[in-house]
Amino acid sequence: MQVYLPIAELSVDAFLLLGLGGVIGFLSGLFGVGGGFLMTPMLIFIGVPPVVAVATQANNVIASSVSGVFAHWRRGNVDFKMGWVLLGGGFAGSTVGVGLFSLLRSLGQIDLVINLCYVIFLGTIGALMMIEGTRAMMRRRRKAAPRKLHQHSWIHGLPLKTRFRKSRLYISALVPLAIGFGVGVLSAIMGVGGGFILVPAMIYLLGMPTAMVIGTSLFQIIFVAANVTFLQAAQNQTVDVVLAMLLLVGSVVGAQIGTRIGSRLQGDWLRLLLGILVVAVCSKLFVDLFTPPVDIYSLGVPL
Amino acid sequence: MTWALTSPRFRKVMAGTAVLSLILVIGAATLYRAFPARAALVADLSDHLIAITTGFSGASVLLFGATEQPGDIVVIVRGPSKPVLMHRKSRVAGIWINTASMTIENVPGFYAVASSRPLEDVASESIRRRHQMGVEYLPIAPPLTKASANIAEQWKAGLIRSQQRSGLFPNATGRVNFLGQRLFRTRLELPANVPTGTYRVEVFHLREGRVVGAQTTPLSVSKVGLEAEVFDFAQNRAALYGLFAILVALVAGWIGHVVFRKG
Repeated sequence: MQVYLPIAELSVDAFLLLGLGGVIGFLSGLFGVGGGFLMTPMLIFIGVPPVVAVATQANNVIASSVSGVFAHWRRGNVDFKMGWVLLGGGFAGSTVGVGLFSLLRSLGQIDLVINLCYVIFLGTIGALMMIEGTRAMMRRRRKAAPRKLHQHSWIHGLPLKTRFRKSRLYISALVPLAIGFGVGVLSAIMGVGGGFILVPAMIYLLGMPTAMVIGTSLFQIIFVAANVTFLQAAQNQTVDVVLAMLLLVGSVVGAQIGTRIGSRLQGDWLRLLLGILVVAVCSKLFVDLFTPPVDIYSLGVPL
Repeated sequence: MTWALTSPRFRKVMAGTAVLSLILVIGAATLYRAFPARAALVADLSDHLIAITTGFSGASVLLFGATEQPGDIVVIVRGPSKPVLMHRKSRVAGIWINTASMTIENVPGFYAVASSRPLEDVASESIRRRHQMGVEYLPIAPPLTKASANIAEQWKAGLIRSQQRSGLFPNATGRVNFLGQRLFRTRLELPANVPTGTYRVEVFHLREGRVVGAQTTPLSVSKVGLEAEVFDFAQNRAALYGLFAILVALVAGWIGHVVFRKG
């Protein structure tokens, strides 16, 4: 069934969009990532103009995250205090990031920077998660003594120590604030919600339990995605609600299924699977950088 | 001051007028031969408005007409023009990156040709060039102030390829069918991704390689109903539209949760 998208100005198969939304929503509920890093390239692939794809996927991320957050909240897996602190850093970081984005665009190489950012960050994070997840699983198989909850380092010497009861952490509030800031900068440049950077950062840098990380990450993504949706709609008129509605029906359902399956999986497995997914996307982008293009001439973003 | 009828000044003016009249008469005669006063060509579309509705997946419009004398018919459909930004990639340290960009003015958003016989048989190259019959004759190369002639041709060829890939410059020349000697018809196929705006449909009647008649008909492509309302909402009340989009997403997420909790 073909449906015409009024802002993207093309006609697409509604069932294709429902399916695409479903797959992305499933991953979102399972791993706590927004899914923008997968959705945006997929939409561009089916012919949606890149500017509309970036803006509309943000709108879809809101729906899948809300759906996921409710499900995680019911299981007591959302640390709201941590979420607010991360969000504070995130808003400050994305403001700086938007400025940096304009600077890079004026230098004319924003596409390259975005691709390199993806490859470097996705590659590093994905590889680390795969290695760590595998090790943790092997350790459990051998039934070795459980490792300490987290390592103590200079991070624990910082001021403004705060207790995050839900995450069972007693650390300086500056740490999540700084992580939120860094992710905010990157997500503004890369045009994604930042879940795939935030999730590993919360697991490895903060030492939060994996189950708690996913719910909390989704909680903060709602606000980041809402901010992006509003700014894109108000400034560029690039949010296509018809496209978003088709995607979010699939996403909402997918997120619920993902959450259910995620709650039955071990944290190690989740980290390993997310690692594999991230590395797969990264490899594709890496290969693309070196593959001769279909045509060396291409249309730019319409003026 | 009065002029005597025999004054040299008066004779000069009279001679000038005579020459001018002669030019006008010859010109009129030529025009009459090229475009006879009685309409030698009439053509119309089955529809002058293509409405883009929710189910739009491309459109097909019938163009039909008649000529007084036998000959060939060439139909050109042209979408609204706008400037287009293009990039050229090249390899830097093994990585393909955009190393040059160019803005090309007045690129038609859609361009298709249909003809009763292959274009090369219908008209000479100079005629085809003059009436832009064929994508290669569109004036869409970057100006010579920005690129040398052969570089400009490469940009133009790249632009044409990219428009062909998206179906906006159909590769094949469409067929104009004659029913007997005088009546002709052809189908204009517009893909689902056509830009909105006013299109120009030009019909040329050619005999022995010369254009003996021409007619231009407008064709309007526009969003109607829900599609138009959503588009206008997004354009005219952008901030409110953004809030609406967020609200829809929040409600959808919540409904999903409620449905699944009960299910």
